Amino acid sequence: MADIAAEAAVPFAARQRPPAAVVGPAAWARTNLFGSWWSTALTLLIGYLALRFAWGFVSWGLVHAVWSVPHNDAGQPNSAPCRAVIGIGACWAVISDKYRFILFGFYPYDEQWRPLVCIALFLGLYGVSANRRFWRRELGLVWIAVLALIMLLMHGSATLGMTVVTDDRWGGLPLTLILATFGLALAFPLAVMVALGRRSRTMPAVRLLCVVYVELIRGVPLISLLFMSSVMFPLFMPQGVNFDNLLRAQVAIILFAAAYLAEVVRGGLQALPKGQYEAADALGLSYGRKTRLIVLPQALRIVIPPLVNTFIGFFKDTSLVLIIGIYDLLQSGRAAVDDPVWQGFGNEVYILLAAIYFCFCFAMSKYSRGLERGFSRSRVR
Amino acid sequence: MSVTADAIPEVQSAVKAGAAPAIVLEKVSKWYGSMQVLRDITLTIAQGERIVICGPSGSGKSTTIRCINRLESHQEGRIVVDGTELTDDLRALDTIRREVGMVFQSFNLFPHLTILENCTLAPIWVRKMPKAEAEELAMDYLRRVKIPEQAKKYPGQLSGGQQQRVAIARALCMKPKIMLFDEPTSALDPEMIKEVLDTMIGLAETGMTMVCVTHEMGFAQKVADRVVFMDRGEIVESGTPARMFNDPQTDRLKLFLSQILRGH
Ligand SMILES: Nc1ncnc2c1ncn2[C@@H]1O[C@H](COP(=O)(O)OP(=O)(O)OP(=O)(O)O)[C@@H](O)[C@H]1O
Ligand SMILES: [Mg+2]
Repeated sequence: MADIAAEAAVPFAARQRPPAAVVGPAAWARTNLFGSWWSTALTLLIGYLALRFAWGFVSWGLVHAVWSVPHNDAGQPNSAPCRAVIGIGACWAVISDKYRFILFGFYPYDEQWRPLVCIALFLGLYGVSANRRFWRRELGLVWIAVLALIMLLMHGSATLGMTVVTDDRWGGLPLTLILATFGLALAFPLAVMVALGRRSRTMPAVRLLCVVYVELIRGVPLISLLFMSSVMFPLFMPQGVNFDNLLRAQVAIILFAAAYLAEVVRGGLQALPKGQYEAADALGLSYGRKTRLIVLPQALRIVIPPLVNTFIGFFKDTSLVLIIGIYDLLQSGRAAVDDPVWQGFGNEVYILLAAIYFCFCFAMSKYSRGLERGFSRSRVR
Repeated sequence: MSVTADAIPEVQSAVKAGAAPAIVLEKVSKWYGSMQVLRDITLTIAQGERIVICGPSGSGKSTTIRCINRLESHQEGRIVVDGTELTDDLRALDTIRREVGMVFQSFNLFPHLTILENCTLAPIWVRKMPKAEAEELAMDYLRRVKIPEQAKKYPGQLSGGQQQRVAIARALCMKPKIMLFDEPTSALDPEMIKEVLDTMIGLAETGMTMVCVTHEMGFAQKVADRVVFMDRGEIVESGTPARMFNDPQTDRLKLFLSQILRGH
């Protein structure tokens, strides 16, 4: 009897906790890193290499780094201190000296507050759109308004007393954001239409058109499409008719992205069980309503991961416009180190560019995972 | 065969004599490629009549009722539903789909919408009913199928029997004149079959015109005005449940009945 009473005195929760040997970081390391001689050896080797690399980076990037350089009376930087530590320490001075060129390209120096505001507007737009509470019809209007405002700011308007900056002088991060945002925002609806068209059973001509479009565009690299848009297209146009280079590149990106996105969306349409279409038909929903209320909401949820994958790919692919002389973020960075003073300090600039691209891409990826989790919560199987 | 057979009360027939027929099938034939799946199906269903279609697998039962709301199209013959002939005319199709509700073997609820939204969707978008009114109507039908408390949940959170009752409520929210059921209980665990059959019996008592593909012979016996036996795309025999089950005329029906009785 006494035993039982003693047993019962132990709090239930305390007895339910698993022994420390199977949980906690120490246990995790024991099972995953030091489970056998072989894995212990591997862990030590990889650990050593990682430490070596990390130490090398810290030593180069922080300990021996040069953060600023003296300027002469004319304001010209003197990169001699950087040249002294080449191979030993990083020269972050190139960034503090050149960051405005990297971020804004050849945009007039005194007007660079405008592209800066544009970047802020883009970030704000992404932030608002990311929140599911704002997913209403009005959001579309907000997008149109903000994108129009961005165009106005970038270009300027003489009637409003702003200096006009034509788009051959745009560059840097705002240009990359413009290419990516306009590209994907216009490519996505086009892609949905193409995907639907490709599955149309009642309109064979439309279906054929969609198939030809997708296969044709997917069959060529984006670079060649950009070349064609910038070099070949003007050849076929009558004299005097001249579309702007940036616009043509933007159209090429939209058409290219739409073909890829259409295939992703089509995957979602196909994954939807036939019964969903039949149930919608049986209720008497029209094709448009069925598509908008039943088919797309489900199909697009299914394809969030590949969709975001494609988005991320295209965000980075916008950098290919450098081959037709457009100064996007990457090209502005490259041009910054063309400056004779800073020649040879590309590494530092590329690290900065990589960090900027990474922030955007990682944010997309993280957001999409959150979105998937949010959707699956409302759909317990 | 069914455990529920004895529990089912006999339902009074609601056939309106003299009224125009609800559904007319006249020499309907259909092919998939070169395979003929329906052969000269001729069947007239009166308003308020309750038909049970049975037959072996692949005999064309599903195809027949799916032709009635044109989820499948027929190639020969005539189908007239509620006075409107089914043709390629989209307007006629819209009219008919409003008046004909359908319940599927696999429920086919919309998983991204709540139970309530599943039920209000068609009234709002097809019947143009104000949202509040549609919700009231939907709650009314959800109460009738005895699951009003699940209205805010998603289909994935419900049991199979509950999902099928929601599917019935969803179809009824369109206030159809005719209800089609394609093996509504075949995908259910035995303990859930009764709750769905009870719902269907309740519906039969309201005088709804019903066409059910089912192998629940107990249900057929108590509810059906007429049982239609199909085999290999043809109607082989039809008659009252009592006559069909107790005095089958054809060998094919005898064979089918013996198999079904053995099977359960
Ligand atoms: N989409 C289709 N394409 C080709 N053949 C089909 C298609 N749908 C059905 N069939 C064929 O048509 C015939 C009739 O099918 P149906 O689904 O109507 O049978 P059923 O009586 O409902 O059978 P079950 O009891 O198995 O549901 C079968 O032979 C089937 O293989
Ligand atoms: Mg069937």
